[in-house]
Amino acid sequence: METRADPTTRSQRLAPVAVLGGVLALAGCSGQAPSALDPAGTGAGRVADLWWVLFWISIAVFVEVMVLLAWALLFRRRRDARVRHGQPLRFVVVAGAGVPLVILVTVYALGLRDLAALGDGPEPGATTIEVTGHQWWWEVRVPGVAGATANELHIPVGEQVRIRLRTVDVLHSFWVPQLMPKTDLIAGEVRETWLRAERAGSYRGQCAEYCGTQHAHMAFLVVAEPRRDFDAWLARLGSPAAGPQTDAQRRGQQAFAQGSCAGCHAIRGTDANGQVGPDLSDVGARWSIGAGAVPNDGGHLGGWIANSQTVKPGNHMPPQPVPAAQLPDLIAYLQSLK
Amino acid sequence: MSTTAAPVPGASREQLDRLEEHWGERPSLRAWLTTVDHKKIGRRYLVTAGLFFALAGLSALAMRTQLARPEAGLLSPQEYNQLFTMHGTAMIFLFATPMLFGFGNFLVPLLIGARDMAFPKLNALGYWIFLFAGLFMWASLPFGAAPNAGWFAYVPLTGQQQTPGLHMDVYSLGLLFLGIATAAGSINFIVTALKLRAPGMSLNRVPLFVWAIVATGFMVIFALPALNLDNAMLFLDRRFGTHFFDPEAGGNVLLWQHLFWIFGHPDVYIIVMPALGIVSAVLPAFTRRGVVGYVLVVFAIVAISIISFGVWVHHMFATGLPRLSYSFFSAASTIITIPSGIQIFAWLATMLLGRLVVRVPLLFVIGFIVTFVLGGFTGTMFALTVFDQQVTDSYFVVAHFHYVLVGGAVFPILAAVYYWLPKITGRMYHEGLGRWAFWLVFAGMHVTFFPMHLYGLFGMPRRVYTYPSEPGWDAWNLVSTVGSYLLAVGLLLVLAGVVHAIRRGRPAPPDPWGGDTLEWSTDSPPKPYNFAVLPQVHSLHPTWDESSRESMGAGAEADRVLADGRRTLLTSELDGRRERVVEMPASSWQPLLLALAMLLFFTAMLFAWYPVAAVAAVAVAGTVATWLWPPRRPERELGVSA
Repeated sequence: METRADPTTRSQRLAPVAVLGGVLALAGCSGQAPSALDPAGTGAGRVADLWWVLFWISIAVFVEVMVLLAWALLFRRRRDARVRHGQPLRFVVVAGAGVPLVILVTVYALGLRDLAALGDGPEPGATTIEVTGHQWWWEVRVPGVAGATANELHIPVGEQVRIRLRTVDVLHSFWVPQLMPKTDLIAGEVRETWLRAERAGSYRGQCAEYCGTQHAHMAFLVVAEPRRDFDAWLARLGSPAAGPQTDAQRRGQQAFAQGSCAGCHAIRGTDANGQVGPDLSDVGARWSIGAGAVPNDGGHLGGWIANSQTVKPGNHMPPQPVPAAQLPDLIAYLQSLK
Repeated sequence: MSTTAAPVPGASREQLDRLEEHWGERPSLRAWLTTVDHKKIGRRYLVTAGLFFALAGLSALAMRTQLARPEAGLLSPQEYNQLFTMHGTAMIFLFATPMLFGFGNFLVPLLIGARDMAFPKLNALGYWIFLFAGLFMWASLPFGAAPNAGWFAYVPLTGQQQTPGLHMDVYSLGLLFLGIATAAGSINFIVTALKLRAPGMSLNRVPLFVWAIVATGFMVIFALPALNLDNAMLFLDRRFGTHFFDPEAGGNVLLWQHLFWIFGHPDVYIIVMPALGIVSAVLPAFTRRGVVGYVLVVFAIVAISIISFGVWVHHMFATGLPRLSYSFFSAASTIITIPSGIQIFAWLATMLLGRLVVRVPLLFVIGFIVTFVLGGFTGTMFALTVFDQQVTDSYFVVAHFHYVLVGGAVFPILAAVYYWLPKITGRMYHEGLGRWAFWLVFAGMHVTFFPMHLYGLFGMPRRVYTYPSEPGWDAWNLVSTVGSYLLAVGLLLVLAGVVHAIRRGRPAPPDPWGGDTLEWSTDSPPKPYNFAVLPQVHSLHPTWDESSRESMGAGAEADRVLADGRRTLLTSELDGRRERVVEMPASSWQPLLLALAMLLFFTAMLFAWYPVAAVAAVAVAGTVATWLWPPRRPERELGVSA
């Protein structure tokens, strides 16, 4: 039985490594999941490199332990195996403390190097974006620019951008796995991190510190784009929202201003100036509704307005008593805000 | 070497009768409620902790079912958030530590050759408090008032404004209540192990499991005050408007995290340490030799219990504290791997030199080594600040601590269940059923938790009640869910095996495994007085050594029988030299009454019935006063002179 077990044990031992490597490599290339192994930013890139070092060291040590264990199981369970009563302390100290010490000092040094590298924030004059956590959405502002947006921030590709983090309520954590490790948002304090995207693209981020009922729906998008496009985004952020073009949009705007919407939401260039919920000046252009809860289309928008509690239970927007006739107008107006 | 024959009694028939008369209890409701027998209390700990394990496990199954596919609607976010909080809180506080304390309670006096714990009434009190605190917390779930902010309950989310209702009051009061039991148990273990060891059991002959329990006891005593302080301040903030954690009034939210993790990281070792002790206890019987490097293992136990107090900030690497402090805590967190490495290689060396007897307990020990080593690797990764910042609070950390806690605590606990079941119940388990249970638990564990590494790295945060469909998330989550059912079936087979053993198992001989420690020198299950003759210990492996065994049989001396009362021997802390005979307390209503008065107090505080709470506090003070009132007994009986 033992001789039969030998080859299977060996192949079983190697198979998971191959499968694991394949799975991880696949995830690295998929380019869609917000994978830390598919880095697009300087910070995440360093950590991914560190990960692969740690991964291969772990595999090596694991194989060592498994070989010893397999050896014991194969050769030390025969009835005639003679029990040896020695105390191989040198083996225990070398294998259990000496070798690990060398490995640990090495990886600690690597970790220290990366800690220093990631800690070096951008130059004082670098672009700064202020992100404020709310239950359960992200407010995005740029110092010196009048407007605000939500759950989406743009950064110029190839530049180090300072992100200043605050929270108005509980702790949150700002995490864009493909760009940068996370930084918590601490109540009563200001935290800073930075992002530097090495290639253009949209990167999913999500709150990573449990923050209450709808922690699961507190996602955001970081759009890394050429400087020119970023400047255009900044300009849009600073200018009034698009005015209504059609009759339906005009009626929608009126409904927005007269109904309860304006009490909580702002739209630049109109009288709507509520500060409780997200600024809606560019809501038609956003990637989702409810910080990643549902896609941004007419049907979902209508459903959200009528009763967002069915979409994102527990969120702070109460159901709105909007007359059925007004709903299409409101949708038309909000979708025109781009 | 292995002895399966009943030990030759060194005490006379008449002495045995007198021992039975002093220690035995006739079964009755009164006896059930007032007993102070450490074996009965230990069994109750095991059964009760097992019950809470089942509840916390069912919570996990509900969560895994919800997460089987993206955007599922089986659970509402409110329900999910209560379930994940209760799962974590119960597994940590109501299962892991009490389960290991249960084994400690049953085994420590047997392992050191004593007749009971040092403070039997305190022991009973600890159990009743544990039971009541556990019920106090679980009872909130059917009312939708269970704790709902994660087992580490970060402020300000847990403040009154953010989480109104009873949820977090149940949490803070429940843990304060439970803490009394944990602290009492720890003190009891320390004193028992230091003062009640059989004569001759000097410190270098103390079984590794006892070393582990004592180290755990010290860790509890130093770690628990931080948690108690934290919870007291949280309760005051919530109920009486103090502002310890309110930044707008000069409080600080990170204060909670520091205090919590000053407790919380040692707590990981408070859970794992006795489990590692179990591994050291199980191996000799199934390798036919003592653990290699006894002194090194003891050193490792002591080192871990000290270093574990210097690593807490690695739980706060993403909070933006100064880099200099991160580099220090990163170094400490890296170094703590070394003592664990020493233990792992000491066990491997033991297996490589011994002759393996592959029975279910050894299978679980091997499963432990495989799993715990993997959890150790990811643990070292988390010591590196930037890597921690990337994957903390993602499913990667969920994978990591389940490898550490299922691998490092549940597997050894299951090894202990099978290893000591014959001793505890007097019945043998069914080997085939046990092997099926092992393979299902082992496979289920890895199928459930291994994929979590992957989808954690792929960016999935933890504590989400649902998730969008993303490549790499959907399929692996389904795999985890399938694994969790597999794991549940395996654990059900463990339960079936235990029930089967109790109902139909073969009667167990005193020493079915050829074990090396003293519990195998006495009956299965042990008599109420544990040992008819208290042993004289001559080595680290007394059951394997002729002269120690002789001391309980033919070599019995009258002054180690002590049949005239509930008596055991007090010995010196270091050398185990005989000091004097002590009279142990008999059964008492006080532990139950005191625990009930405390339950009333905490319940009254929960519902803000302050006059009732005041009455309960008076009742607590009254019971404690009666308990501590010096008894009127002749000096000789008090053990002043032996």
